[in-house]
Amino acid sequence: MIQFLLNNEIIQTELPPGMTVLDFVRYRKSLTGTKCGCREGDCGACTVLIGTPEGEELRYRSMTSCLTPLGNVQGKHVVTVEGINPLQDKVLTPVQQAMVDASGTQCGFCTVGFVMSLTGFSIQKTEADFEQAIAAIDGNICRCTGYKSIERAAQALTDLLQSREEHTALDFAIAQKIVPEYFATIPARLKALSQTQAAPADGKAQFVGGGTDLYVQRHEDMVYASAQHLFDDAHLHGIREVEGFIEVGAAATVTDLWESPLMQDLFPDLRKHLKLVSSTPIRNMATLAGNLVNASPIGDLTVWLLALDARIVLANGQKRELPLRDLYLGYKSLDKTADEVLETIRFRKPAGEYHFNFEKVCKRTHLDIASVNAAIFLQTQDDHITEAHAAIGGVAAIPLYLKKTAAFLKGKALPKTADLNDPLLAEACAILQSEISPISDVRGSADYKRLLARQLFLAHFEHITQQV
Amino acid sequence: MKNIDAHSHVRGESVYLDDIPLLQGTLFACVFDSPIAHGLLKSIHLEEALATEGVVKIILAKDLIGENQIGGIIPDEPLLADGHVHFYGMPIALVLAESDEAARAAVKKIKVEIEPLEVITDPRIAFAKNELIIPPKRFQLGDVATAFANCAHVFEGRADINGQEHLYIETQGAYALPMESGGLKIYSSTQGPTAVQRAVAKVTGLPMHRIEVEVGRLGGGFGGKEDQANAWAALCAVGAQLTKRPVKYSLQRPEDMRMTGKRHPYAADYKIGLDKDLKIVAYEAVFYQNAGAAADLSPAVLERTLFHCTNAYFVPNVNATAYSCRTNLPPNTAFRGFGGPQGMFVMECTIAHAAEQLGVKPALIQSKNLLKTGDEFPYGQLAESEAESSWAQAEQQFDFEKLRRDADDFNAKNQFRKRGLAIMPICFGISFTKTLMNQARALVHVYTDGSVAVSTGAVEMGQGVNTKILQVAAQVFSIPPEQVKVHTTNTLRIANTSPSAASATADLNGKATLMACEAILERLKKVATEELFPEADSATLFADIHLKNGLVFYKNQPTTLTWQALVSAAFAKRINLSEHAHYATPGVHFDWATAKGHPFAYHVYGTAAVGVTVDCRRGTYEIDFVKTVHDFGKSMNDAVDLGQIEGGIVQGIGWLTMEEVVYDAEGKLRSNALSTYKIPDIYAVPKTIEVAPLQTLRDNLAIFNSKAVGEPPLMYGIGAYFAIREAVKAFNGEASPAFDAPFTAEKVLMNLHQLQTEYAS
Repeated sequence: MIQFLLNNEIIQTELPPGMTVLDFVRYRKSLTGTKCGCREGDCGACTVLIGTPEGEELRYRSMTSCLTPLGNVQGKHVVTVEGINPLQDKVLTPVQQAMVDASGTQCGFCTVGFVMSLTGFSIQKTEADFEQAIAAIDGNICRCTGYKSIERAAQALTDLLQSREEHTALDFAIAQKIVPEYFATIPARLKALSQTQAAPADGKAQFVGGGTDLYVQRHEDMVYASAQHLFDDAHLHGIREVEGFIEVGAAATVTDLWESPLMQDLFPDLRKHLKLVSSTPIRNMATLAGNLVNASPIGDLTVWLLALDARIVLANGQKRELPLRDLYLGYKSLDKTADEVLETIRFRKPAGEYHFNFEKVCKRTHLDIASVNAAIFLQTQDDHITEAHAAIGGVAAIPLYLKKTAAFLKGKALPKTADLNDPLLAEACAILQSEISPISDVRGSADYKRLLARQLFLAHFEHITQQV
Repeated sequence: MKNIDAHSHVRGESVYLDDIPLLQGTLFACVFDSPIAHGLLKSIHLEEALATEGVVKIILAKDLIGENQIGGIIPDEPLLADGHVHFYGMPIALVLAESDEAARAAVKKIKVEIEPLEVITDPRIAFAKNELIIPPKRFQLGDVATAFANCAHVFEGRADINGQEHLYIETQGAYALPMESGGLKIYSSTQGPTAVQRAVAKVTGLPMHRIEVEVGRLGGGFGGKEDQANAWAALCAVGAQLTKRPVKYSLQRPEDMRMTGKRHPYAADYKIGLDKDLKIVAYEAVFYQNAGAAADLSPAVLERTLFHCTNAYFVPNVNATAYSCRTNLPPNTAFRGFGGPQGMFVMECTIAHAAEQLGVKPALIQSKNLLKTGDEFPYGQLAESEAESSWAQAEQQFDFEKLRRDADDFNAKNQFRKRGLAIMPICFGISFTKTLMNQARALVHVYTDGSVAVSTGAVEMGQGVNTKILQVAAQVFSIPPEQVKVHTTNTLRIANTSPSAASATADLNGKATLMACEAILERLKKVATEELFPEADSATLFADIHLKNGLVFYKNQPTTLTWQALVSAAFAKRINLSEHAHYATPGVHFDWATAKGHPFAYHVYGTAAVGVTVDCRRGTYEIDFVKTVHDFGKSMNDAVDLGQIEGGIVQGIGWLTMEEVVYDAEGKLRSNALSTYKIPDIYAVPKTIEVAPLQTLRDNLAIFNSKAVGEPPLMYGIGAYFAIREAVKAFNGEASPAFDAPFTAEKVLMNLHQLQTEYAS
């Protein structure tokens, strides 16, 4: 049985844990404010807030309900628009009012998604500035407005939130009626609910993380599939330093990386990189393990981690560790048995003088899958490259660790330009071209991907030389 | 006044098709569609699907009681494939089941054998094989042959322009209820309730009066639900007719994307002639429209391409020909602009080509050739032009020279970032080009409590038409907006509607509403005179009576007679408090025999400056600004109109930049989901959109002089294409990018840099 709070109501249901929150709220609870636009997390019309206990408080994050299985909301607070609507029909919350005042709604179908995302932003503990407000709605697609009116609504809301001063975000939100008063009672009420669910007994369970790939590909099959939900498995969380290594729990989300002071410290461009990875709600759901084991040749975090020469720990009773680059055997084929759980991702903590860069180009800069993505890590000393790792996605059957290119760079003088006329870079680019084998598809022609691979490689050095 | 639906939208309480509470016994439908783009349907195996738990019935073409036909303009489109499949995604069978889940599971178990036939996806190939939907259409003005012979400069070339997925966020859908005595009630997410009614009548064999079509609102339409909502409504209707149970079908996104048509891709050949002063003297264009597998609205779209083929310019000698080419794609259909944008794009390509060859900026040629009042369009209508005035105001207000200088300075200072600037004037004709469609009706009831109900043929899909209609009623009666309710669009209340399209919905339905309200007002004023001056000769006093803020005024002085008392008095006197009014746009006509006439009530003009920055390392770009002077006439709702302009601009930019419809050679849609078809997100839109009204008080046929605003602003987006092109050329002086829209990041990069030949495939 799954237990959670839906708005102000306790839900105890025997429905399959694989059913999506979207189908549950819309078609089982008749809460039709949450809309279905794409069922692949790409439009945001179904955005809900999900509050997860963190200590004595809840941490609310926006998530796309179309990709969230009920199994992932056990013991949590699920909030749909019906859960924030003021009781009197005529009254609106400040978020809703801002959208009305700015004419941020036309056909209205995407509107509730924006309202929920902005409400989530309003109860975040982080600084409430305009940039964050826009980031909060970067997973919401609108086909009518051209977004300018929605930007004006976000500005008005930001102005309101900047008056909150010493209040906590939630207290302020309750006082301003951004969310109803019952929100204050949720943490205590959740404690009465079970936080865990039994794993399926058959031992053949499909592992489910955030669902952001699995539910895009197979949402119909997953409803009744035997599944083990790992998203909230405490053993698979945490980002820490252990004996010169950074160890990341495999169920850490992209947002966990984003928020990790440790990671921010090591990678000053971290947020710039992660902003190129899907959208806020998807980053709130997508786990590192999911990105690695779905084996997409174009996984952003996969390429990012390959360039750190990361290693992974797999477990099925016994544990084994292998380099991430050895996980990929061929297209969608892994050196991993079905019963092995990816537990930990670890990489040597960068130290001393090092450079790290990530590049990604797609049709749309944000919330899109790359045509080509690329990452590089260079350890340098006295302007010489003492260690090099590079990876690239979208140009082979697997996310590619550029073994030869990296080996070539090691020991060379650090280029001072990002120019193809630089003999070293020209040779490196030639080696890069020999390692890749792109095909033409909906994300671009083979020639384009080759050209892009070269340009992104040069962009790495543009970034690095600018730093130097 | 804000959009009247905004309040329920933000609370999630607006009801869309998929939100309608279902009646007990409702069946769920799902289509089995062709996995092949062209072939002979040899056999179909339903046994396994029928055995699926919950499946009630599977309907094939042979089961239809009425005709298997939903073609609107030409009867060439079967509802369900019968013997032939003509496109990948063509409906073959309709599964009805007790649950959505069961219907979808059963669809996966249907098997067909199809003998493949040759697949055509390219309109030029279709043209070469004489696969034409209709005979070619042609516009001629002056004498092109003689004119070209005397031109100082002549340039020829070709342009290609891709389609565009509508991507209304609410997918297509319908819900059909069997009514007593065999009638049907259809809820449909359609822009054309009457089109749905006709299609349902045809496939069920019922007369139209037995079919009620009800439309609450749409979660976006953009033309995609003008004609293409018909199939889903017709399928549900057939299901309800054959099972005597309610049938619902709400399409999933991939179904919607692969089964429905899009904006038409076009190929075109052009030839332009200019004199030594850069005046365009002659223009010749041949358009190859990719119509898809059936006519749908393609003939009308084709015509509008011709109507707008010279955009906002006067060209004295024009020869424009258009072919509607049959291919094995889903039938392409209406999309904001309706063929006009494609015609205008080709004209802009032509000017860019000439400018490039002559070493001048396109803006120089553009500005020298803008329409003047009295100039003749190729179709015979004389312009009442605001082209020069909007250009002049934009040039002055946005300082084109400074914009140009800023871009040049930036480019001089930056090696790998380049800016481009383009000016985009527009001219768009308002009216359905099929004259008979320029009619509308409104039904207005004043109830005895003083509240007012309005029904029209307009469908609310976010464009704010119901808000404008409400404003009309509230203004005529001078009562608060809360006292007026604009009701759903329903074929029992308003018959024979034109679809909500052609930007003309507010004009047509607003004028009908105005007429209905004025007729009631006339009667009420008579009653008011009798009430206030029972002894006097009311006929002489009548002229001094008017209503203001819920009160009757006499000679501009308030009386004690309130709106509500007046309504009560009228009812007591047995005066008719309802009116059904009919409006037909005056003065419009067109004769295809001569290809001349006066098809448009008026034109909308404007001029935009579009600035972009290209990242020349990566081939990506950002739209820095769109600044436009736009011809509103006199806007009756600034907020609604601004929303249409901002949204239209972004949709237009999307079409010409990142939105890439990809079919493979087998006719299979590859950009078949939101993960592979990208429309602008909040980070992709112009950093600045500035909209200034054109100051003009010229009278027009728009409702309250508030010109139509739905489609025209989309065409400002064309400027983004040419701005990107200019930035690319600023980086790579050798580049002469082919006129091949959209300008995706791929095309940008491939024009900026060369891949070493040893790596090229």
